[in-house]
Order: sequence, then structure tokens, then C-alpha cells
Amino acid sequence: MGNHISLLLVVIPLIAAPIVAVLPRGRLPWLATLIITFICAVLASSQLWMVLNDGVISYELGGWAPPWGIEYRIDAVNALVALIVAAIAAITLPYALLSAEKEIPQQQIPLFYSAFLLCLTGLLGITQTGDLFNVFVFLEISSLSSYALISLGRNRQALTSAYQYLIMGTIGATFFLIGVGLIYSQTGTLNMQDLAKLLPELAHLKTVHTGFAFIMIGIALKLAMYPLHLWLPNAYTYAPSVVTVFLAATATKVAIYIMLRVLFTIFPNDFLLATPTYDIFILSGMAAIIIASIYAIYQSNIKKLLAYSSVAQIGYIALGIGFASSKGITAALVHLFNHALMKAALFMAVGAIIYRIGSCNMKNINGLGKQMPWTFGAIVIAGLSLIGIPGTAGFISKWYLVTAALEQQAWISVAVILFGSLLAVIYIGKLIEALYFKPVTDSNQSVQEAPLLLLVPLWVLVCANIYFGLDTSLTVGVAEKAADVLGVINTSSISGVMNK
Amino acid sequence: MDFFISHYNYWIVIFLMMVGLYTVINRGNLIKKIIGLNIFQVSVFFLYISIGTVKEGAAPIITEGVKLYSNPLPHVLILTAIVVGVATTALGLALVVRIKESYGTIEEDEIHEMDHSL
Repeated sequence: MGNHISLLLVVIPLIAAPIVAVLPRGRLPWLATLIITFICAVLASSQLWMVLNDGVISYELGGWAPPWGIEYRIDAVNALVALIVAAIAAITLPYALLSAEKEIPQQQIPLFYSAFLLCLTGLLGITQTGDLFNVFVFLEISSLSSYALISLGRNRQALTSAYQYLIMGTIGATFFLIGVGLIYSQTGTLNMQDLAKLLPELAHLKTVHTGFAFIMIGIALKLAMYPLHLWLPNAYTYAPSVVTVFLAATATKVAIYIMLRVLFTIFPNDFLLATPTYDIFILSGMAAIIIASIYAIYQSNIKKLLAYSSVAQIGYIALGIGFASSKGITAALVHLFNHALMKAALFMAVGAIIYRIGSCNMKNINGLGKQMPWTFGAIVIAGLSLIGIPGTAGFISKWYLVTAALEQQAWISVAVILFGSLLAVIYIGKLIEALYFKPVTDSNQSVQEAPLLLLVPLWVLVCANIYFGLDTSLTVGVAEKAADVLGVINTSSISGVMNK
Repeated sequence: MDFFISHYNYWIVIFLMMVGLYTVINRGNLIKKIIGLNIFQVSVFFLYISIGTVKEGAAPIITEGVKLYSNPLPHVLILTAIVVGVATTALGLALVVRIKESYGTIEEDEIHEMDHSL
């Protein structure tokens, strides 16, 4: 049993997806999906526990030995990311029941849960597999189902944003495919461990350089790294609230995981240092933090505001990767975890507002804070976490990021991180001002607090934000272990322009 | 010149890739964009299949007397990628149908004028 966990995590939601699609309408599809996601969360946490205790798990699919067969290879990094995905799915599902009933047409509810499970399959598959082509297949499973999920939104803009995401996402995935093909043509293998062994000798080849560039651009499109983020704000804004909660917390995170894997497991460090990769990460990260945060300030749609803030937060993670030190990677992984918590909480709170007033425009939410105190409280705490106030999860990731920057005397980066936090104060402040300090509009006089089924998952996440801000043994402990696994190089060898 | 002729498969791939990508970027018609996307994906299929060829290698079916085979793995990979491509096209076209139903047009600039979303 123990060995099969890594495969079961992918197979269970995959098999459940078509079954859920044919279940009768009503609440049965939801209940089935709920059970499946909880099973996945339990499996993912036991997998992480096994990896931390017994070391790397290697699972050979169909008994074919790697590098010929497909290998699922689980170490601290992917076990952590798999747990984030499965746990967020399990927390989202109780919330999904009412929110989906409100926002998605009745006859599409079974199909919605089916697509949700397929998306979960794809995301978990990416984290589990140790085979580069397999990554492409799971990437497309998760992307195709998320295009369908986004198009379920109530406005017609949901359709055009899903279309836009489909075009950009497919270009990204195809770029990734081209890169994998070029690398395969030189190495003859797709297994990540095997590639790591073979690539150091082949790193001087032009084909390998080209393949690397294609893979990087492809994944950067998927993870919405600035300036390849154009699909994200619309997709997050017009998708149904549940979908936004789930995708914002998991989809880009999984893409970041693949980025880390390609950078630090597959390609040798000398190769990366010979290319401007790290400088590009730092530049893109800094641009994302400043520009996307400023965009966020000027949004009048709350979901779009939070979506732009997501682009900025991905910038922090890119910055952490760009430092290319174990501290930097630790910071990136910690922020990956913490950002999933705070963005899921914020989007859930906005979803609760939409549930009550059917809109998420700044103009329509005036004074709602007094009528929906619990939702408002959640926004305040998760917002403080986003800003990085001590005592919240956001502070921990900012702290590690600044430490990593100071270690390399990257003063510009430190300034940008702190300036980004100030910009976050402005856009979260705008939200709080509208919710609490503006007088209630007449149409909102009778609005009540969101139902308990929406509030409980929301507050679970809010409490997690506080808990992981006080007790960092789990997040930082695992992230440090994961950074060790990725074998990140000592800092002294980095001599990028931006680090001086 | 020899260089061009001996690498002709790559020139075809590059040409198709550029045609596809240019169509996706340049065309405002949503269906034409999907056609461009298809051409772009097909060029990658060509790339993979031509990578798998081994000079003077036979088709990868075990036959007596044949020592050298082409590499079948890229072909198998591309079968999967073709399936993914078909699914993407189907989903894209389904979205275009829904867009046509709710906007009454499939021209990007007209949709943009209606609600600044594309």
C-alpha cells in the first residue's frame, strides 16, 4: 500500500472524474468530490510524512524500470507541493457547495465537479511524475479542464477570458513540448534523474540551450511570470469564485514547482550560470512586484485587484528563485505555501461577498464590513498576511526573502520587496476602506453575514495564516529540506549583474 | 546549400512554426487563431517525428535480418500530443461557438469594443 500512494494520488481523482459526471443532479456529485478530495489530502500528507522519514520514493509505473519506463519520484519538494494542492482542494470543496449552486447553472453542476477533479488530477500528476513528457501531458490535462472551469463564469467575459487563456496556455505548453523534444534529441531520455546525469556533458550544445529557452518560456507562460501574465487577471476575475480560489492557490504554484525542477534538478548549475537565467528572474520579479501592484491599486473590480496582486506575489517567488541560494529557494517555497493560504482566503472572502450581493465591484461593497463582520475580519487578517505584518504567514516569507537578498547584498531587491509591501498596504487599504469606512448604500441595508458553510473553510484558511505565521517548523522546515534536495549551490559562485 | 538540403525537415518545421505563430498573433478572427494554433502544433509533431528517424534505419517492427531501426519513442510521444491537440481544438471551437452565441461575432476587435475583455 505504502508504495502505491504516489500513483493513487493521481489515479483516484482521474477515475472519479467520469463517475461524478454521470451522477444525478443535486448534491451527490458534490459529496462524491468532497470525499475524493479528502482522500487525496490524507494520501498527500502521509506521502509527505513518508518522504520526510524514509527518504525519496521511487515508483515504477507498470514495473518498467526507469529510464525506459515512467517513474514517479517523490522527494521533499514535490511531496510539499502535492500536499498544498490536495489540501487546498479539500478546503475549497465544502465552500464549493453553496457558491457553485449560486454561480453555476444547475444542469452543469455534475460536469463542473468532474472538470474540477480532472484539474486536480493534472495538478497532482505534475507534482508526482519524474518524467518530462509526462509533465506535458498532465500540464495539458490540468489546463484544458481549467479553461472549461473558467468558461463556466456568469458573465460572457468568462468565455473570452477562457479563450484567451486557451490560446496563451496552448502556446506555452507547445513551447514546453518543443524544448523537451530538443533536449530529447540530444540525450535520448525523458527521465529527470537520467537527464540530470547526462546534461552536464552536453550543456555546451546549441540545441540544449535552445531547448532550455523554449522550456523556460513555456513554463513562464503557465506560471504567469511578468510580462507573460496577460491571461491571468481576466481568467481569475471572470471565473466562478470557487474556481478562482482553487486555481489562484494551486495552478501557478504547480508551474513554479516545475520551474524549480527544471532549473535545479535537471540542468547543471554551471550551465545556468553561463546563461542570464537568474538575472532574468530577478528583473522579472522586481518588475512584477512594482508594476502589477500599481495595476492592482487602480482596479475597481475586487477580484481583478487580487488577481494583479497574485502576479505581484509570483514576482516575489521569482525573485527568490533568482537569488539561486538555498535561502532564496527556501523563501520561494515558503512563499509558495503561504501565498496559497492567503490568496485562497482572500478569494473565498470575495466569493462570500459575491454570494450575498452578486457583485464584486468596489462601488457596490461600501459599508458591507459592518453587515458581514466575519467575512470582513477574514479579509483584514488575510490582507495583513498579504502585506506581511508580523504574526501572519506573509511575514515569514517576506522575512526569508529579505534575508536571502541581504545575504547577497542585493540592496535594490530589498528595497523593491519593502516597496512592494507598501503598495500592498495601499490596495488592501482601499478594500478595507470601502468595506468598513464608507457608509452603507441603500441597496445593501439588508445584506446578512455569509452562510456558515462559506465561513468555516474561509476561517480555517485564516487561522492557518496565523498559525503558520507563529509556528514555522512545518513550512520552513520542509522548505529547507526541499531546498537541500534541489541541491542549490553556494552563493559565492553567483556573480549576476543585478546582485551587485 | 548542402546544409539547407540536408536539414530540409527542420526548415519545414521552422516555416510551419512561424506561419502558425504569426497567424495566432496577427489574425483577429477567433477561428483563424485556432487554425494557426493547429499549424503551430503540427510543426512540433513534425519536429518530433523527424528526430526519431535513424539514418538508414528500418521502421521499428522486429523483422529478421534487420539490424538498425528508427527510434519509435518520439512517434509514440507525438500520438499523445496529437490527442492533446485535438482536445484543445475541440475545446477552443466550443468556446468560439459560445462566444458567437453571446456576442454575435467572432472578430476580436468587435468583441473588444463591446466589453474590453479580449
